[in-house]
Amino acid sequence: MNAPQQSGEHTVKGYDAELQRLTGEIQRMGEAALAQLEAAIDAVIERDSDAAMRVVNADDAIDTLEQDVSHDVVRLLALRQPLARDLREVLAALRIASDIERIGDYAANVAKRSLVLNQLAPVGLTSALPRLAALAASLVRDVLAAYRDNDAERALDAWARDEELDEQYTGLFRELLTYMMEDPRNITPCTHLLFMAKNIERIGDHATNIAENVYFLVHGVHIGQTRRKGDTTASLAIDDSH
Amino acid sequence: MIDVPSPVAVAPLPPATAAAKPVATGRPKMAARGLDFYYDGFHALKNVSLDIAEKRVTALIGPSGCGKSTLLRVFNRIYSIYPKLRATGEVLLDGENILDPKFPLNRLRSKVGMVFQKPVPFPMSIYDNIAYGIRHYEKLSKAEMDARVEQALVQGALWGEVKDKLKQSALGLSGGQQQRLCIARAIALRPEVILLDEPTSALDPIATGKIEQLISELKEHFTIAIVTHNMQQAARCSDYTAFMYLGELVEYGNTEMLFTKPAKKQTEDYITGRFG
Amino acid sequence: MTPSDRLYLKRRLVNGFNLVVSGLCAAFGLFWLIWILWTTFKTGLAAMKPGLFTQMTPPPGSDGGLANALFGSLVMSLAAIAIGTPIGIAAGTFLAEYARKSALGEAIRFVNDILLSAPSIVLGLFVYTLVVAQVGHFSGWAGALALALIVLPVVVRTTDEMLQLVPSQMREAALSLGVPQWKVTVQVLYRSALPGITTGVLLALARISGETAPLLFTALNNQYWSADLSQPMASVPVVIFQYAMSPYDSWHALAWAGAFVVTLFVLLLSILSRAILLRNKAHHD
Repeated sequence: MNAPQQSGEHTVKGYDAELQRLTGEIQRMGEAALAQLEAAIDAVIERDSDAAMRVVNADDAIDTLEQDVSHDVVRLLALRQPLARDLREVLAALRIASDIERIGDYAANVAKRSLVLNQLAPVGLTSALPRLAALAASLVRDVLAAYRDNDAERALDAWARDEELDEQYTGLFRELLTYMMEDPRNITPCTHLLFMAKNIERIGDHATNIAENVYFLVHGVHIGQTRRKGDTTASLAIDDSH
Repeated sequence: MIDVPSPVAVAPLPPATAAAKPVATGRPKMAARGLDFYYDGFHALKNVSLDIAEKRVTALIGPSGCGKSTLLRVFNRIYSIYPKLRATGEVLLDGENILDPKFPLNRLRSKVGMVFQKPVPFPMSIYDNIAYGIRHYEKLSKAEMDARVEQALVQGALWGEVKDKLKQSALGLSGGQQQRLCIARAIALRPEVILLDEPTSALDPIATGKIEQLISELKEHFTIAIVTHNMQQAARCSDYTAFMYLGELVEYGNTEMLFTKPAKKQTEDYITGRFG
Repeated sequence: MTPSDRLYLKRRLVNGFNLVVSGLCAAFGLFWLIWILWTTFKTGLAAMKPGLFTQMTPPPGSDGGLANALFGSLVMSLAAIAIGTPIGIAAGTFLAEYARKSALGEAIRFVNDILLSAPSIVLGLFVYTLVVAQVGHFSGWAGALALALIVLPVVVRTTDEMLQLVPSQMREAALSLGVPQWKVTVQVLYRSALPGITTGVLLALARISGETAPLLFTALNNQYWSADLSQPMASVPVVIFQYAMSPYDSWHALAWAGAFVVTLFVLLLSILSRAILLRNKAHHD
């Protein structure tokens, strides 16, 4: 793929400044969302309701950043009429911002559910969730780094690793179902855990979206292959034969 | 973002991965083959080869002095009215080399019309402006001529505005109307190819919009080549775009591809405003 | 006061000084012009009489008019225009359309400019040598020819310039319709340049209607009515010259009347040509 290398500055310097501002906003958004995700998981592990509350409340900041990005994108489209690489840059920023915003929402959802979970007796299972979350966080970290460095290969790599996340999620799903069948008292906490796991799995999906956008940003074409899905829970029936 | 006005003319997009290559498309109506052009020793076009697809709009873009207007002016040999200009190589119109001195200029110019940057109505009535070229080729009765003039003005999207003042001087029209008159004057000869040399650079945005709309209508019947400095205009109006620099054809391809994902760095730098 | 204030004050003073000086110079020039016009009009009007246009130039002391001189001037001027204009337009067209930047064109332009500024008496002498001396007598034709030589460079110059002013895109637009160059020139370019060329011709007419020197050596003068261009012919400037130099009051009066008529004619032509240009300009705007 011979992607034209980004070279030189625009004749109009203000244009460069605006584009840099936009990418800067995306990076800050990404860092904020990642911090939210990590804080939410910590709150789950530590059963720290105060920390969870802080995560829930901090989500607004990410939403505000996303609005800034939208505003800047509209401004750039209207005033600069970006083309080629610049156009992809602006489009990618808009899409990535909305993915990051969703990631922030899911992190907040996880924190919110942990508040409920903390009022119930602890379930032994919570250790599987941090593993899932750690993987999701590493995906997010990778795609954000790929965005920062215009590194399509790294994005592609993270994109492929989402499958792993899906598989882990499917495993956790099975496990939780088994727990619930074993002891109906587990149903309430396990349902919450199930939703939290689902949220984390969705974070992985948004990370792959970001990876796709980074790839498009760099190469100007979409990632060709259709993704293979590791999440098979949609077709999973409760198998109580064992 | 990139608005291609008429659905008719958008060639089916090739698969995204393959589209970075200039795609030869449809039937080439005109084609330059190894074309070189010299202005009194200055090498203005260097070995240019490109196809102008039939009933499509092909835009030529590039910085001033890149040779895009020169290329356009070779297509109907209008350059030949000035001394010391020389073109070598081939320019084919339906397969015939129009640079061959034996190719009759009369026939060439009746098939390849041209509209210029500055609207230049002739100092005569609106009617006579249109009829002037026709009279040179055909002897028509008054009624036939009236019909031809009306048809040309309708096609030029000007009829509604001038039908009550056909006998008035064309110099009284607004700049945008004058330019549409010039387009109507060119299409009155029923050419096959229309060359537009920066047709809207002297017009305001509304008049420009009307010309662009007209271009999208005209490509149903004519093959159009347009030189423009306005990249958004090239992106809006054309199906194919050629980027020229220093007399060379740098990149040529599907307009959408060229403006979203150009293959060459020079093209990218130019269209994103990072030039020199 | 800041330095910029001082600078500004200085500029205003310089500006004021220059304005006053240039105004005075303009007034100085206009003063003589108005004086000349005033004297001509006052004295000329006083000498006007109906017989001026019907009676012949009289011998000293008797009553008469300028009929033969006015007629001679008119005929020779129109003949000069008739000879000079077509040749001038053709030559100007050649310069503008076929030899615009060539060395030959530049050479012709240079020579034409010399002819344009050549003293008219030289043209008179030239025609004298070439025609009058060969034929053996003065004639109206020789006068018309001398005047035509004055008309020619003016028309060449205006045609050349007016055609060059036609936007090259109009030429290209017409040629790109496939119309041949000569047709484009005649049907499109002339039409566009017409007001300018007409003005040039009118100004040339104004110029020759006051010329004396070239006629002295060519048409000479004729005291009697003559419509025969092959004979010597009277003209207003020559009559003015002759009568103004004479010691007779009645001749002086006729000279003033003639001067008045010629001045009025030239003035009208100037106004007319200006009106044509203005109307054309308004048309284009």
